[in-house]
Amino acid sequence: MIRFQHVYKEYPRTGLVLQDVSLFVAKGEFVFLTGPSGAGKSSLLKLVYMEELPTKGDVWVSGVRAKGVNRKEIAKLRRKLGVVFQDFRLLEDRTAEANVAFALEVIDTPRASIHNKVSRALAQVGLAAKGTSMPREMSGGEQQRVAIARALVNDPFVLIADEPTGNLDERATRGVFQLLRDINASGTAVVMATHNLDLVRRSGYRTIEINRGQVVFDSAENDASKRKVEGLA
Amino acid sequence: MRLALRETMIGFRRAPMLSVLSITTIAFSLFAFGLFSLVAVNIRKTLRDVESRVEIRAFLAEGTPVEVVSAAMGDIGVFPEVSRVEYVSPDSALARARAELGEFKDVFESSFLPASIDVRLREGHRDPETVRTVAGRIKSFEFVDDVRFGEDWVDKLYRIRNVATATGIVLGLAFAAVAVIIISATIRMAVMARAREISIMRLVGATDGFIRRPFLIEGFLKGVLGGVMALALTWFASQVITRNFIQTEFFSRGLAVLGLLGGALIGVLGSSLSVGRHLRKV
Repeated sequence: MIRFQHVYKEYPRTGLVLQDVSLFVAKGEFVFLTGPSGAGKSSLLKLVYMEELPTKGDVWVSGVRAKGVNRKEIAKLRRKLGVVFQDFRLLEDRTAEANVAFALEVIDTPRASIHNKVSRALAQVGLAAKGTSMPREMSGGEQQRVAIARALVNDPFVLIADEPTGNLDERATRGVFQLLRDINASGTAVVMATHNLDLVRRSGYRTIEINRGQVVFDSAENDASKRKVEGLA
Repeated sequence: MRLALRETMIGFRRAPMLSVLSITTIAFSLFAFGLFSLVAVNIRKTLRDVESRVEIRAFLAEGTPVEVVSAAMGDIGVFPEVSRVEYVSPDSALARARAELGEFKDVFESSFLPASIDVRLREGHRDPETVRTVAGRIKSFEFVDDVRFGEDWVDKLYRIRNVATATGIVLGLAFAAVAVIIISATIRMAVMARAREISIMRLVGATDGFIRRPFLIEGFLKGVLGGVMALALTWFASQVITRNFIQTEFFSRGLAVLGLLGGALIGVLGSSLSVGRHLRKV
């Protein structure tokens, strides 16, 4: 579903931010992306939603290949994946409902179906009663839920979350994380970059650690090699 | 389309000062263009008036029989370049000279001036080359003593016209370019003000065409509104000039509509430049 093959990413000013990254994320998987600040987590996620394209190597996301992709194909791809950020990225002058509906409107969703879809998405994130609230009237956790509702409203196959709990307190963090687990449980893959090692350790989900642009640890590979070793023994 | 219109309105509502400012800026840059066009229109009109007076005067030898003259007039009248042929007798030549040169009217005596044939040319045949050719043809009639057509004057008139046309085109293009630059700068501010929306639109999979639409509508509306304002200002200016200085002609209705369409086009062009540049960067 998501495949990186010997991916390098280089920026003219900052230099190499990703080096020889190869990985595969299967359908419905939950993957943590960890590592220190500036390790390349965000860059890796940008390659997934094709905000950036690899300098060398190749990326496939749901059948769309980064090499030779055009802007229209990228737009189409993004309709099938949801993205949330640390800073929520909501439109401050619109209600929660309008923020979620915006994601449907800009891809020419028939008007008749918008209302239902928005209500369903807000209910899914536990904000059914807050549809008419403005973002500034909501807590950080609630704003992030609105952002998640917006990401989910198009039924994506994967939810990409870049430090979604980075701005939240302990309680809100737990709430948002639980929400992401529920979303994953219903079949949507989740790729989440985070600093919160506590969260990672307790969850038992697959963890990919990045340092200086390289994958230094992937729990899936460890498991696989462990299985291999056990099988031989 | 509905959504694009709504987003356009949100853009206007969110930054009303910016919108008013950009419409005014567009209006003034188009107003400068309009004023210049007004001058150009009036210069052309004046030149056309002057040009219509281009005539060839063929002085006849004394004692040329009337039948010969009228036969020759018939011949000249069918030249394709000629619009009118007129016989001026010595008496009427005298009357005309007296009328034109009032202070010398006592100097002129009767039969002092020769009879002549005055030839007017059709529009489009008043350039120096044609005038010279026709004059040459008329001069070849035996009974024609001399032909006058203000050679220097026709040349000069044409030079003025060419210079005026060239200046008009160059300055017009310069003003239009300035207007495009200003409009694209003001739309650029609008684009910046909505950078967040644009990034979210892109994130959730809106196509470039979709993102561009509200801005193109905005550019179109600003261009039209600015154009209307500029037209009103120009009309007002032409009224002031007519009342205080010199009679001026305003744009014809077609030209005014063309100006508005030009404003709209400049608006759309300016905004598509700005949005395009922004989209290429994100």
